[in-house]
Order: sequence, then structure tokens, then C-alpha cells
Amino acid sequence: MTVIEMHDLKKDFTVRVRAGRFRRRKRTVAAVDGIDLTVDRGEMVGYIGPNGAGKSTTLKMLTGILTPSAGTVRVCGLTPVPQRTRLARRIGVVFGQRSQLWWDLPLHESFTLLRHIYRVPAADHAARLARCRSLLDLDDFLDTPVRQLSLGQRMRGEITAALLHGPDVLFLDEPTIGLDVVSKQAVRGFLAELGQGGDVTLMLTTHDLADIERLCRRLVVIDHGHVVHDGTIEALHARYGSRRRLVADLDAPLPASFTLAGASLVASEADGHRVSFTLESTTAAEAVAALMASASVRDLSLVEPDIEDVVARLYASPGDTS
Amino acid sequence: MADLRAYGALIGGQFRSIASYRVSFLVEMSSNAMTTALDITTVLVLFGANRSVAGFSLAEALLVASLSSLGFALADMLVGNVDHLKTYVRSGLMDVILVRPLGSLWQLLCMDLPFRKALRVVLALVVLGVAIHLNDVDWTPGRVALLVLSPLAGLVFFGAIFVLSASLAFWWVDSGELGSAFTYGGRDFTSYPVPVYAGWFRAVFAYALGFGFVAYQPALALLGRTDPLGLPAWAGYLSPLVALVAAVVAALVWRAGVRHYRSTGS
Repeated sequence: MTVIEMHDLKKDFTVRVRAGRFRRRKRTVAAVDGIDLTVDRGEMVGYIGPNGAGKSTTLKMLTGILTPSAGTVRVCGLTPVPQRTRLARRIGVVFGQRSQLWWDLPLHESFTLLRHIYRVPAADHAARLARCRSLLDLDDFLDTPVRQLSLGQRMRGEITAALLHGPDVLFLDEPTIGLDVVSKQAVRGFLAELGQGGDVTLMLTTHDLADIERLCRRLVVIDHGHVVHDGTIEALHARYGSRRRLVADLDAPLPASFTLAGASLVASEADGHRVSFTLESTTAAEAVAALMASASVRDLSLVEPDIEDVVARLYASPGDTS
Repeated sequence: MADLRAYGALIGGQFRSIASYRVSFLVEMSSNAMTTALDITTVLVLFGANRSVAGFSLAEALLVASLSSLGFALADMLVGNVDHLKTYVRSGLMDVILVRPLGSLWQLLCMDLPFRKALRVVLALVVLGVAIHLNDVDWTPGRVALLVLSPLAGLVFFGAIFVLSASLAFWWVDSGELGSAFTYGGRDFTSYPVPVYAGWFRAVFAYALGFGFVAYQPALALLGRTDPLGLPAWAGYLSPLVALVAAVVAALVWRAGVRHYRSTGS
């Protein structure tokens, strides 16, 4: 069942640029420039891209905050802006950089207020809150005014707040931004558990690719308002030729004529005592066996491809949209 | 309206938020009451110098001023903080409001209700009572209804002006104090009998924009005076209608503004 549907979605912003002392010129900037994307129920989609790529703009069009300039968008079968209040009951939104909690009130009061705003039956509310309290460890600071919470505590409160009305879709805009390692893990663990149920569709933007690796099977990369990749992380590695590397410490340098079938030498350090090969058309086992057969190996390690590198390369070559 | 309870909860939340800063609340409340007292004093001082202005006695002018003052005080308390829209656009609160299943304008108003302005309303009520007492009103059921309705119409009218001027921020976040020219300027205009103004200024503000119907025309109808400017006696009863038109225009502009909303980065 399709939950999110975007077809040729565009958002233009008019920017006034200073041109001379008093004159200003109008310029149109396409923040989102023709996005086609469908997301099925229960999917967990990572939506990434460099700053200014159009991630937040897309999310704001999906949640009914911004009106699209062109194209169509449907979430839960509803058109976000005209059906904003109906849609609001079906979605939850977490903004990493802004709060939906009442700053001066104890955290639990925000939850009660949200129960009234969304008109959630008391029993449903209590059940959902109890689940979040135990999974996100909220009990220690439920009575603390939100303004006194740490960022990690507040973010756990924000996620709870977005889930109390039992949304079908949860949008998270940089939910782990600024969090310490422990809080990040708590948030990721909770979201992973939430996604496991298969009822909630999850779409998150992030700059921390560890969030994606931990949570999302599907990765959508956008740049300059276009989708440049849509698929699994493995597909991204395959497409951009990221390979595992075999790094070996040797007793003596390899002879200059040495080659490893199906792999190529990419680095030689410490006067040839440390060498790195990328594995192209061979398995790690074969490469290790071949190397051990012809050299005296002191130590070995296998380095997994780094998603950060792939994405950095992807951002650097925006023209390559194939 | 089933949403009423939700708005009630929002107002309760706002009240408890304010209550967590008790001293600041009390200080602001008293300084607010002072401002209102000064507004009325201005009218008194004017009449201290001249026994009558444009053919209106002090008591009659006080009725005009107090009707205006009560309508404005109500609007300022219930709707005035829509003025903070600029800040809410910048801080991102507007985004948060738009992802909730309630009307955006009502949410904003309920979440930022300045209870400290309540004393102003009380003070304005007292002055209206004094003004009624000073004038010899020939009470009819119609006039009693008018006395109740015109401050409410004033509330709706000024509320619409507040919403209209705040809506500028949807198109122009740096709209600054431009809106105040119409809100506070409008209040000052309505505090005096319309005949003190002249020419195109009177035509535009009193009749085209409708400010003349907030306090002046209802006051004439209450006093049973004929309008020196020639409008018929029933013109005083038009104020709810004028307020309604203003409210519809404001609602449409707000709606257009939300559709035009650009949010802010990230």
C-alpha cells in the first residue's frame, strides 16, 4: 500500500538579490526540482543530501507546511495543504531544530495538552505513553520543565510527542542532530524497534549516515532538488564502485612485479611494509590466500567500504544523475 | 465545535506557562493598566483645554473614547499577540502549529494569550460605565443591545485589523512596525468623534476603512444625536456588519498568507 506519493514535485522560492544601491532583482531558485518518489507502508526511508539540497523543503511539502509550486503530492491518500488538519492526525513530525513541547511546562503536561489537541482517547494515550516511557527512559524527567531538559532528553520527549496520537507516518527532520553518542543510540534503538512493527512508515533526513545504516534499508539521496539515488545502501556501494580493502603488514616489501589476481594495489606505506589492495573481482578469502602464499604476512585487516566516502563523492558530482 | 476543548486546553497551558513567572506577570499587568489610564487621560486633557470639540461635550466624547477603548482592549488581549507572527515564523513555531490538527490562527492566539492585558479590559469597562452615567441615555431595548454589541463588534473589527497587519509577515518577514500604523493608529482615530477629522483623511479612515463605525456611530445612536456629517440614525447599528466584513477579509488574507508561507531554513 502506497503511503507517500510525489510526482514531479517542485518548490520554487523567489529571492530578491541586491542589484545596485536601491534596486533589487528577483531571482527564482528551485529548492525542489521535480521529485518522483513513492513510499510503501512500513518502509523506513533515509532521505539525505547536502545542505540546501531540498530535504527539509520536501518534508515540509509532505507535512502540509509548504504549498508545492508544481506537481502532486499525496500522503495517506490526502493532499497535504488543502487537507492539512485531517492529515495532521495521521502523521507525526519531529523537527530536530525546533520544539513542539511547551517550554515552560513540565514534560508530562505537554503530553496531556497534545492528547487534547489530537483528541486521543485516554486509554490509547496512556498505553502509548507507557510504551515510550519505558523504551525511551522518560521517567526521570517527566516532571522537569522542558526548558531545563538536556538536548538528548528533550529529543526523546519530542519523539514521544510525535507518536502519542498513533500516526501512520513519522517524519523526522535531523532527529539526532547535536546529540551525544548515548542519546543517539537511544533514539536509533527506539526508532528501529518502532519500524520493526511494520505499521509505521518512517522517513528521516539526517547528516549522520550511521542513522541510515542502522535504520533504513532504503536510501534516497537528493542534490540540487533532484533524486540522485534511490535504493539500498548496497546498491549505492555497487553503483559508485566502493570496494572492500585488504590491508596487510609485511616482513619484507613485495617485489615490484607482484600482482594479486582480481585486486589492485592502491597504497604502499612504510617502505613497502604496509600495502593496501582493493578487492575487485575476487573474494577476501582468495586474496588473503594468494597473498599469504607469496609473502610473509605479519598482520591483516579487511576494511569495509565507508558510506561517508561514497556519499561525499556523490555530493561532489551533482551532474551524475544518470 | 469539538475543537473547543482543544483550544481550551491550549489556553490552560498558556496560563500555567505564564504562572511560572509570577512576578514578571504582575509587573507587566500593572504597567499595562497604566497605559490604558493614560489613553483616557489624553481625552480628558484635550477637553480640559476646550469645553467642547467639534460640537461634542466632554461626556459625549468620553463615550466615544470608552467604546473605542473597550473594543480595542478586548481585541488587544485576545488577538493582539498575532503581532508576534514574525517571531514565530523565524523561530519555527509556525511550522509546529501547521502540523497540528487545529486552525493555525486560533492555535497561535490560544498559545500566546496575554492574560496580563486583562486589567486593561476591566479599566475600559469602568470608564465606559462612567461615560454612560455622565450621559443622559434614553434606554430602549435596541440601545441596550447596541451597548453590548458595539464593544464586541469593536473586538472583531480591531481583531481583524491585527490579523491583517500581522499577515504581512507571511509575505515580508521584516514588515517591522508598518502594521502598527493601522492597529494603534486605528485605535487613536476611533477615540475621537469623526467630525474632528477632515477631507480625504476622514473619508478614507472613517468610511472606506470603516473606523468610523467602531465607536463614533454607535455612540451617536446611543445618545440619540443626529450625525453632523449626515449619516442616518441607523448607521450606528451597522457596526456588527462592518466588523463582520472586516473579519471575512482578514480570514481570507490569513488563509492566502498561510498558503504563501515560506517557512525558514532547515
